[in-house]
Amino acid sequence: MSDKKPVIITDAPAPEGYEGEGFFATKLSSVIGMARKYSLWPLPFATSCCGIEFMATLNPTYDASRFGMERNSFSPRQADMLMVCGTISKKLGPVLKEVYTQMAEPKWVVAVGACASSGGIFDTYSVLQGIDKIIPVDVYVPGCPPRPEQIIEGVMQVQALAESESIRRRDTPEYQALLDSYNISN
Amino acid sequence: MKDNSLSNILNQYESKEQIDGQLYTLNLGPTHPATHGIFQNVLTMDGERILHSEQTVGYIHRAFEKISERRNFAQITTLTDRMNYCSAPINNIGWHMTVEKLIGVEVPKRVDYMRVILMELARIGDHLICNGVTGMDSGAITGLTYMFIERERIYDMYEQICGARMTTNMGRIGGFERDLTPKFHELIKDFLKTFPPRFQEFCNLLERNRIFMDRTIGTGAISAERALSYGFTGPNLRAAGVDYDVRVAQPYSSYQDFDFIIPVGTAGDTYDRFMVRQQEIWESIKIIKQAYENLPEGPFHADVPEFYLPEKADVYQKMEALIYHFKIVMGETDVPKGEVYHAVEGGNGELGFYLVSDGGRSPYRLHFRRPCFIYYQAYPEMITGSVISDAIVTMCSMNIIAGELDA
Amino acid sequence: MTNEFVLEAITREFPDSVISSSEPYGMLTVEIKKDDIKKVIHYLKDSSLEFNFLTDICGIHYPETPEKEIGVIYHLHNMMTNFRIRLKVFMSRENIEVDSMVDLYAGANWMERETYDFYGIKFKGHPDLRPILNMEDLGYHPMLKEYKLEDGTRTDKNDAMFGR
Repeated sequence: MSDKKPVIITDAPAPEGYEGEGFFATKLSSVIGMARKYSLWPLPFATSCCGIEFMATLNPTYDASRFGMERNSFSPRQADMLMVCGTISKKLGPVLKEVYTQMAEPKWVVAVGACASSGGIFDTYSVLQGIDKIIPVDVYVPGCPPRPEQIIEGVMQVQALAESESIRRRDTPEYQALLDSYNISN
Repeated sequence: MKDNSLSNILNQYESKEQIDGQLYTLNLGPTHPATHGIFQNVLTMDGERILHSEQTVGYIHRAFEKISERRNFAQITTLTDRMNYCSAPINNIGWHMTVEKLIGVEVPKRVDYMRVILMELARIGDHLICNGVTGMDSGAITGLTYMFIERERIYDMYEQICGARMTTNMGRIGGFERDLTPKFHELIKDFLKTFPPRFQEFCNLLERNRIFMDRTIGTGAISAERALSYGFTGPNLRAAGVDYDVRVAQPYSSYQDFDFIIPVGTAGDTYDRFMVRQQEIWESIKIIKQAYENLPEGPFHADVPEFYLPEKADVYQKMEALIYHFKIVMGETDVPKGEVYHAVEGGNGELGFYLVSDGGRSPYRLHFRRPCFIYYQAYPEMITGSVISDAIVTMCSMNIIAGELDA
Repeated sequence: MTNEFVLEAITREFPDSVISSSEPYGMLTVEIKKDDIKKVIHYLKDSSLEFNFLTDICGIHYPETPEKEIGVIYHLHNMMTNFRIRLKVFMSRENIEVDSMVDLYAGANWMERETYDFYGIKFKGHPDLRPILNMEDLGYHPMLKEYKLEDGTRTDKNDAMFGR
């Protein structure tokens, strides 16, 4: 789990390892990557219409808990993935930054919908033109609103990232520089 | 039963110092699992009792009214979707009716009946979310998960009409862009046959449930006089005892042809709001059945070529169709000057559109009378003196949708 | 209860306050002098005309007519007889204040805050007049016609490509 490019896989094979009778030996990073990937707990930061599509993703027809998102945690400390669904206005920007800062590492951010990605159809004085103006974003899911299948594809991309990143990505200088550019201190 | 008067609470303390030492401030929101939407309440509490609450809204203000001064009339439909996004067709159709009133167009009967079917489906969808979420926030999550499956079937029907699930942009000024497809007929017959027994299961889960009734009866009550003074409309007002429904008071889109009752509560508390919405779902099913069985034949749009896009085959072959197409898409159509106010019964109450036109391609002023914004003012009065769990259930039963609150 | 009956009742009671009246699309619309609007609405509410419901308050800006530049528009509703009326008051930019209806209708509280937020109209007697939807440090009243819709400081959109 070092410099591999993230690849979406739709089945769940065992990681590469050495197998024998009653034991299976593999790298610790592969196991941790697999565990992180299949147990992402989202923080639904649902503001508007995309929030209803997110609720539809969680409910039985499109069931997101198949992907490990069983427990939606509204407490930032207990969540892995911040899913920003809906329009973020300038009034809400500091709140979003506060929630992002309070989340514990490792954390990923998914911008669901056109409004979170770039301001969407609301090019006005009061709407933040994309949440990447204030927090770093990992996956953008465009759409107005995106279909639940698209939201699930976004989650699977985060799964691919979670599996293929190094455990200590957050200590790298590039990541520190990224956070500094947003004025977020750890 | 609970005694909610504030003076009763403050009388329990012996001195002002005791009061000052015991009160604390709790911030409910803006992001909170129970606030379905983004709005903030800062509560001053004593233990679990709420003594005072201060609200901040505007966290999702998207300046709809200013945007609509820039866009032409057909483009504003996409904005109206995003106000009350749980029942978007009602907003779309209400806007189209406002413009039709301005330009003086009468739509055929078939369009009226189609509109009624879609508006009642939207109303069912909106009430299903509200009641499911009221159940979820009092602990019964199962009801919500089952009712969302029914909402998916409503979405399938929207997709047959306009191609989109939730932000529908449905219909055109003058009618609809296409007639009902055979698949839509199949889906709606299936819905009318299989939805009532499944909805009955949801009713059985919560309506006479001892725990749910104990949590909701008596909480968040408001009297009819205060509700009228605050400007309540819709199920919240009907739960307080006033039988005002825009569909009956000023019938639009042939609602006078249908036979339905207006359910009215007595106490104006959370349980009454829940039951009024439940009964309205049954009434909507009745209306859809009547509208679908008596659906008249005829054109699916009015004859208003200045606003209704012509058939694409005609655009390539006929001169007038080409000119109309150009004028509509570029927004060069002439609109009469004047001002009009039109109201429809949205999921939350009287959704009004006040349109001032100066003859140009876009409105001079468009104001949305949003029911959520107007009745959310009363929330502090409804929760003062109750415990915080009652405040949460009250907020859910009021069906506050952030898109409509801030617009 | 017809338009003529209500108009006649208002002009009989307040002969100097009514500036003009019309019936666009069937709804009686009366323009009232700014200083008398509270008396008129109080009369409409408490007399036998019984307008018990305030539907909406909104603002409007006509920059071409400086003495009647800013307007406030009230929609009232009598639920018993199902009659609606629209009242308008106009004022100039320098004299931009009007009485508040909060003590007559509790719902006017937020409606007036929204109108203040968008147009800068001060409502005399309002308990808590501050911006409600916009941020408090926005600094201007955005719905006035001289202000642009977009935020002038954004860097990622090329106005030339968007036809502006």
